[in-house]
Amino acid sequence: MTSPRGSLRPRPPTLLDRRRRRVDELAEASGRSLTADAFRRLRRNPVAIVGAVIVGLFVLVSILAPWIAPHDAATAFPELQRTLRPDSIPGAQPGFPLGSDQNGRDFFSRMILASRQTLLVGVLATLIGLVLGVVIGALAGAFGGWVDTVLMRVTDVLLSIPSLLLAISIAALAAKPSQTTVIIAVALVSVPVFARLLRGSMLAQRESDHVLAATSLGVRRRSIVLRHMLPNAMGPVIVQATLTLATSILDAAALSFLGLGDGDPARAEWGLMLANAQSYLDVRPALAFWPAIAIILVALGFTLLGEALREALDPKGRR
Amino acid sequence: MLRFIVRRLIQVVPTLLLLSILLFAWLRSLPGGPAAALLGDKATPEKIAQLNTVLGLDQPVPVQYFRFLGRALTGDFGNSLITGEPVTTEIARALPATIELAMAALLLAVVLGIPLGYVAARYRGRPLDTTTVIATLVGVAVPVFFLGYLLKQFFAVDLGWFPPSGRQAVDIDATHVTGFAVLDGLVTREFDASWDALVHLVLPAVALATIPLAVIVRITRASVLDVMGSDFVRTANSKGLAPRTVRERHVLRNALLPVSTTIGLQTGLLLAGAVLTEKVFVWGGLGTLLAQAIERRDYPRLQAVVLLGALVYVIVNLLVDLSYAVIDPRVRVR
Repeated sequence: MTSPRGSLRPRPPTLLDRRRRRVDELAEASGRSLTADAFRRLRRNPVAIVGAVIVGLFVLVSILAPWIAPHDAATAFPELQRTLRPDSIPGAQPGFPLGSDQNGRDFFSRMILASRQTLLVGVLATLIGLVLGVVIGALAGAFGGWVDTVLMRVTDVLLSIPSLLLAISIAALAAKPSQTTVIIAVALVSVPVFARLLRGSMLAQRESDHVLAATSLGVRRRSIVLRHMLPNAMGPVIVQATLTLATSILDAAALSFLGLGDGDPARAEWGLMLANAQSYLDVRPALAFWPAIAIILVALGFTLLGEALREALDPKGRR
Repeated sequence: MLRFIVRRLIQVVPTLLLLSILLFAWLRSLPGGPAAALLGDKATPEKIAQLNTVLGLDQPVPVQYFRFLGRALTGDFGNSLITGEPVTTEIARALPATIELAMAALLLAVVLGIPLGYVAARYRGRPLDTTTVIATLVGVAVPVFFLGYLLKQFFAVDLGWFPPSGRQAVDIDATHVTGFAVLDGLVTREFDASWDALVHLVLPAVALATIPLAVIVRITRASVLDVMGSDFVRTANSKGLAPRTVRERHVLRNALLPVSTTIGLQTGLLLAGAVLTEKVFVWGGLGTLLAQAIERRDYPRLQAVVLLGALVYVIVNLLVDLSYAVIDPRVRVR
């Protein structure tokens, strides 16, 4: 029984169709792991692809930076400095596609090389926060009881301080402000977030059937926590880490803007360049414009990827 | 209801105590110790030793902590290293400016955010929805201070529509009653002063509102979609209620619950964002105090402003929790 083409009413499923679908479902359920399933959904999501392309380009540029950049980041060029005045910064000219920065250095090369430092800030800050947060969250989630209570009380208090204010307080403790103190401050702020998230999903794991099964099989507690609970509880944390990559870069830029960063003018990092460019906004807005665009794009890329990951890993979103 | 409020209030106490311990630890880990930090450039070993005795830093740590706690409870956070004034006086003077800015930004974010999120959810998947979602994602990715400069450059410097900085024009002779510039003008019937203050408020408020706006739009949209898919909405629809009634009475009311939590959480962001926005627009509120404190390493002031930020954050979220109990009777039972 076939319906004519162009008919508005869909053909009612035949028995064969239903059987076929059932087999497909079974194959899907047995043949693919959760991760592979999530990855498949990720690949079909245009948001994920846009995010991945942006992030991929960013990583690629930062890896290839020394070969792409025509000049060094710290060298000042006499041909640029010759026309450099407090009220005029030379623009594009042969050999210097984006012109000069405020110190007569090649702005284009600095933009390219800064991708490395920016990636470093984001990745290091996120990684430190992630590791510390995972350790704390796993301890709280695995032990429960008073360990859980104490750790979660402290994280609650840290979460009750607005994150940028907390980062400011931590960064201000440094006797000598530097890129490192900025990274540490930004990293520490994300620790309570990671800890709370992981603890929450560890608790959910503790109640789950497979943990019960492992316990009744006599698996050691240590390996239940490390091999059964932790890997399954990491989903939300990974999503959060992707989003944190974006906020870390933004927060580091804000700290630089407030003067808590690295005064080192030789260092090329987008947040720092954007912060320093504020004094030259009237003279040459491009100095702020390009780092800002770069930061916005990268933050957007990580955010898109994170959101797509969240959707892919969230069982509620599955049809 | 009263029991719920009391219980929630008691829950805040340990949080505040822990916060004070953290602050105390923070003070003790200042570079070179609190005395050196307080003295700044004038620090000599003798002066540090002298100040240590005065501050009681030669006492055992628990004694020091309780002294610190006692001073904090009586509102004594020391004097600013920059002005020499008590920090609390400085803060009291700067507070209205920041509250005014934050309220304006929050108002913008809520008034625009909830309808936008709702409309986006209603037309899910259409161009309007897609555009809104993309705009919110970009909005969160823009550094606040850069957006501030952008607005300032374009609308104040290039177009001249708004003043580039400050809270009030210099030539306006306004009477100060409450400290809230817009309100002062209304109270004293100096309407031109009010208008002037309002015009000054626009750009900073827009800059500060961007991120909360983006977040509120997204949460509203997600929440409305969530509620629209729920069983009771299907029931309401299938029993033949007018779509409009379902939308307004069933969907919107229930969808606003998570939104109100988000609004509470956003106040923290507003306080932090105010630091950046105020620096851009030379606003002269708490953010400006904090920015100065950072530059000059004015630790007493820094500490007090951060503490205030945390306090406001805790209190606002407490209020949001309480309002939850008013809006949604189910919460009270737990």
